[in-house]
Amino acid sequence: MKEKLNRILESYRKKEANIIYLLQETEEVFGYLPREAVDFFADELGIAPSRFFGVATFYSQFHLNPRGKNIITACCGTACHVKGSERLINGLRQELRLAEGEETTGDMQFTLEKVNCVGACSIAPVFIINKKVYGKSTSDKLIKEVRAIKGPADGQA
Amino acid sequence: MDKHNITVKVCMGTGGIAAGGAEVLDAFVKEVSSSGIAAEVGKRCSSEKVGCRGLCAKDVLVDVIIGDQKVTYEHVKTDMVPRIVQEHIVGNAPVTEWAAGEDYHNFHNRQQKVVLSDCGNIDPEDINAYIAVKGYVAARKVVTSMSPSEVVGIIKASGLRGRGGAGFPTATKWEIAGKQEAARKYLICNADEGDPGAFMDRSVIEGNPHAVIEGMIIGAYAIGSDKGYVYIRAEYPLAVERLKKALEDARSQNLLGKGIMGTSFDFDILIKLGAGAFVCGEETALIASIEGQRGMPRAKPPFPVYQGLWGKPTVINNVETLANVPYIMRNGPEWFASFGTEKSKGTKVFAITGKIKNSGLIEVPMGIPLREIIYDIGGGIEGGRQFKAVQTGGPSGGCIPADLLDTPVDFESLAKVGSIVGSGGMVVLDETDCMVNIAKFFLEFTRSESCGKCVPCRIGTKRLLEILERITRGEGKPGDIPLLEEMSVDIKLASLCGLGQTAPNPVLSTIKYFRHEYEAHINEKRCPAGVCRDLLTYSVLPEACKGCGACLRACPAGAVTGEKKKLHSIDASLCVKCGACFDACKFKAVKKE
Repeated sequence: MKEKLNRILESYRKKEANIIYLLQETEEVFGYLPREAVDFFADELGIAPSRFFGVATFYSQFHLNPRGKNIITACCGTACHVKGSERLINGLRQELRLAEGEETTGDMQFTLEKVNCVGACSIAPVFIINKKVYGKSTSDKLIKEVRAIKGPADGQA
Repeated sequence: MDKHNITVKVCMGTGGIAAGGAEVLDAFVKEVSSSGIAAEVGKRCSSEKVGCRGLCAKDVLVDVIIGDQKVTYEHVKTDMVPRIVQEHIVGNAPVTEWAAGEDYHNFHNRQQKVVLSDCGNIDPEDINAYIAVKGYVAARKVVTSMSPSEVVGIIKASGLRGRGGAGFPTATKWEIAGKQEAARKYLICNADEGDPGAFMDRSVIEGNPHAVIEGMIIGAYAIGSDKGYVYIRAEYPLAVERLKKALEDARSQNLLGKGIMGTSFDFDILIKLGAGAFVCGEETALIASIEGQRGMPRAKPPFPVYQGLWGKPTVINNVETLANVPYIMRNGPEWFASFGTEKSKGTKVFAITGKIKNSGLIEVPMGIPLREIIYDIGGGIEGGRQFKAVQTGGPSGGCIPADLLDTPVDFESLAKVGSIVGSGGMVVLDETDCMVNIAKFFLEFTRSESCGKCVPCRIGTKRLLEILERITRGEGKPGDIPLLEEMSVDIKLASLCGLGQTAPNPVLSTIKYFRHEYEAHINEKRCPAGVCRDLLTYSVLPEACKGCGACLRACPAGAVTGEKKKLHSIDASLCVKCGACFDACKFKAVKKE
């Protein structure tokens, strides 16, 4: 971990970048912002950890907890909303057996998160599964994709 | 066969790629090279990707151009490629049954494309493709032979106003910034397109990134800036990637960097990735974000043109605004001003989405009536349903009802009916959409995106939302409508930035035009559109039920009972009102009221 963090710090110094850049790079490498990473940067740069967490909790791109291996992003823009995204999200939550308020499955396989708008409104409702955009989504299609990722072993669950 | 050049253009914006554009392009390349026709036509045949041409609902769109004959195919899948190659490219006989129909041509014929004129025609990842359509001619002329004030003069004469929402005259910003004495000035391109339902900035950057860069070079020259930023959403990975490549290519041709185009003018552009905060579309919040802080707005004045990024004079222009600039410089201000109305010159790009047939991106002259956009270009409402309203301007805008469909679309006219042009999102709503639910949707958005700095917005949006939630749960009280109106007015007056000042607009406009829907929710505990869950009951119509069991299998709560081929019924006490049975029934035997 230390080595990775040093590399991020180095590129930050070289680019004379800011805290957001540092956090974006960390998020990119680890998939979330580990507490140790923030403490490390805080020590190295002499900036209070609260500054980092202030920024991290302000922007929706940053996550303080580890996320699942597979990321499902549900677009919640206006067009997707009127085309029934909420029902699709509820269907996926059931499929993934996510409890109220939960984003990541217990086995860390899936994270289901919402995003304001991905700007692909003509093909609403839109879902992104592991960076691939799915337009004109239906419950059946989404559940099929999720089960394909789960694999045959527990696909029937 | 004649010896014309053959070009295959495959739409590969975000929409095109999601529909399988990359696979289709691959299939064309493979089919041409492997089918033995390569020797014959391969050398004259090139396949290229192009950006979005607007009608994403019909993706993947493919143009096959032989000489000056262009045929557009719609809904192209990989398995259709061999036939198109064999019959059209080899045999020179277009596959007419797959060619785009009247819809596609109506959609395009009524538009007036300026910003989008090259989008969808050129390969966005090839700088030479842009140069071939007179790209960078305007920038070269500006930096080699014009004075900054001449540039400002042309933009002023064109009447160009900011396309990001507020409609502020672009030339005024440039003029003030140009007059500032400072060691450094900044030009920022605002590509933090956060309005849900708007995607013109994404499409322009994906489809023609060099036009934005050229606009920035001209703007920077006009104000005397040597450093520019593009602040772009991280949610737009393809746009970021294409912009990065475009910047590198521009640098390699000395269009950016030190002493550009052989002059003494230095200008370079950096990309700053937004981190997901709607409020960062606000100028001062955006500046705070580039500086690496929480993206919270500050009080204005001082305006950014006097004190912006790092305290230096800063001009912030929207993507579409900047993309207009090269075309204005190239064709002259009179040409641009010939489109539009007296106060709103030029064209505007709109994203028409929601319950509309031809959903996509359009560019029309300012002042065109809403009706023309929705019916003539958009093809009307999907599924033969009734039009209810069009929501313009995203969370800062309002809903415009059917009897105002003849309203011209320009800055002034939309403001008069309680909405805004905004960044150009238009979401069409039909009879199955509940207007209280729509207002609640936008308040959920603004409540969660409020930065929390000022009380009216932070607490006001939350209180508004709570009332709307209560109403949609069937717990509305008689005084709720006046209370919503009173609070809305206060929030608009007292909030610090544009987010709070406009957040109540969706509430006010839906009350103004759809008061009866609020009253039905509050007084009769009824949702006329059949959307608000808590106010619905599902039941089975005995005369229509065939006993097929589809609803029983679909129900996640075990609320449906019934034997095969016999009447089913729904136990209201177990029903979670998810609507699965309603969707599953093929015989319209599930009633929702």
